[in-house]
Amino acid sequence: MKFARIIFANLLRKKVRLLLTIGSFAVALFLFVFLGVVRDAFNRGADVASADRLIVINRTSIINSIPLSYRDKILRIPGTKAITHNNWFGGTYIEEKNFFVQFVIDPENQRQVFPEFVVPDDQWNAFLKDRVGAVCGAKLADRFHWKIGDRIPIKNNMYDAKNSAWEFNLDGIYHGKQPKDDETQFWFQWDYLEERVSQGFKGQVGWYVLRVDNPDDAPRIAKAIDAEFANSPYETKTEAESAFAAGFVKQFGNIQTLILSIGSVVFFTLLLVTGNTMAISVRERTSELAVFKAIGYSDLTILFFVLAEALTIALIGGAVGMLLAASAIPGLAIALSGLLPSIVLAPSMLLFGLAAAILTGILSGIVPGLTAMRLRVVNALRRV
Amino acid sequence: MVKVDGNGGQSSLIQARDLDKTYRRGGEDIDVLQGLNLDVEAGEFVAFMGPSGSGKSTLLNLLGGLDVPTRGRITVAGDEITHMSGGRLTEWRARHVGFIFQMYNLIPVLTAFQNVELPLLLTKLSKAERRAHVETALGVVGLSDRMHHFPRQLSGGQEQRVTIARAFVSDPTFLLCDEPTGDLDRKSADDVMAIIEELVSKYHKTVLMVTHDPLVAARANSILHLEKGVLVEGRHSPQETAAGGVA
Repeated sequence: MKFARIIFANLLRKKVRLLLTIGSFAVALFLFVFLGVVRDAFNRGADVASADRLIVINRTSIINSIPLSYRDKILRIPGTKAITHNNWFGGTYIEEKNFFVQFVIDPENQRQVFPEFVVPDDQWNAFLKDRVGAVCGAKLADRFHWKIGDRIPIKNNMYDAKNSAWEFNLDGIYHGKQPKDDETQFWFQWDYLEERVSQGFKGQVGWYVLRVDNPDDAPRIAKAIDAEFANSPYETKTEAESAFAAGFVKQFGNIQTLILSIGSVVFFTLLLVTGNTMAISVRERTSELAVFKAIGYSDLTILFFVLAEALTIALIGGAVGMLLAASAIPGLAIALSGLLPSIVLAPSMLLFGLAAAILTGILSGIVPGLTAMRLRVVNALRRV
Repeated sequence: MVKVDGNGGQSSLIQARDLDKTYRRGGEDIDVLQGLNLDVEAGEFVAFMGPSGSGKSTLLNLLGGLDVPTRGRITVAGDEITHMSGGRLTEWRARHVGFIFQMYNLIPVLTAFQNVELPLLLTKLSKAERRAHVETALGVVGLSDRMHHFPRQLSGGQEQRVTIARAFVSDPTFLLCDEPTGDLDRKSADDVMAIIEELVSKYHKTVLMVTHDPLVAARANSILHLEKGVLVEGRHSPQETAAGGVA
């Protein structure tokens, strides 16, 4: 491109200003990608939700339990393929800051309902035979450097008034089939919970997860389940897994709006900063632009010069920002692994960031570019 | 032959007829040019003189297609430029006009070579062809050894020589010089004028020049004066003007 030298020469005429503008872009893109990744992590539950899975919880609240006896009744509803149940355990591993999700699972049906979590058969069989066995996700095992055979003590004050440690043998480590699958959970057997809890907790599960034969039937089945238990002491609320996950996220507040608001403010500020820089840059070389026009450069070529400069700044700054984000996100994933599972930088987020950088670059260059384009040579040369 | 009476023949390279230019300033109309006529044949070297504000630069801007007259028409090499659109006028300038400004107006972030190459970037010439043209042009102005210097590394005279190289590198139909020596010492001014004279005598370029300096004007073939918005021929020959005659 024969004009590249002109564009780069103009860009490099004020190196400090160029670096500061690129820096602004880099910081904004870093923040943009970072916030986007956090937002994705919050929405991950809904993203990974399977269309053929339904969640049945106590109508009052998810913290209220429902009887185990419902399992067979739910299974009898036509269209139901498989069912499993979970309890929230809420224990602490050594100290509070080591938070991670612990689910009490029904080993018999877990793998049928959650086929995306893959455990090697030998490890799974060892887990089934071990009453105090446990299986955890690969990321969780990495976090605490656990390996098969380790003994893991978890204190619990929800089911155990003495807050004593529950000792588990790590029999297996699961991996998600896709990078976005949550690999930070810790599972142990429902029978072990049932054995240790007081009478009031016995025979109770936290929620059911079921798979249906045909996702199109899910609304009918959900309605049938809730109708089955209507007017009972434990009325149910059945919804699609994605709706359940979305509802769960809402408990944290409107994360989506918060992140969008911060992102919008960041980009609007960036637009003003870059637009102002480009406007100053164009104003400083009014007479040079007039010379270009005098010797035959068209208005569109002049507009192209200014837009190309703005776009180059945007692309370099954007790339730096996204590289910074890409290198910082693994650290964020470790820091928030208990709170937000599956913090990953998806390629789509990088593309979105790139598109945002390009758009901001063009928008910031368009007004100064049009000003340069409309410049009257005679006036700009300050000669009459 | 230069004529200002409007009776030039069809052979004129540049023909201006009944040119008016009026500016509106502070609610008041200022008539700068009033019914101006001009005929310049190819290969002429014409100097325009006149007091400040007489409209010399305005005339140059009109002839160079940088501005449009309020009334009248300008024809250059058979093309009437007065009714061209802005885009067509820009293309026309690229092909037909070379500009030499008083303040050089080089692009400070480009080297002498890159500055001279600017008009050629608008052509279909290959990189090698562009290089050959630029090297030739810089050779003509005696700056072959300064082609990779930036304007800040050149003297005023050298900068103006780069401007001259940029003006003729694309072989335009004519050159417009607006006070080309106005910012130079006498020695540098002489060097610059020698180059412009060479462009006329050796390369048969047509040059129209605005100047306040009688010694510079004297180097032209013809001297025209702008008085009350019209051109009049000099009452003194260039030699007399150079000798100190009142222009």
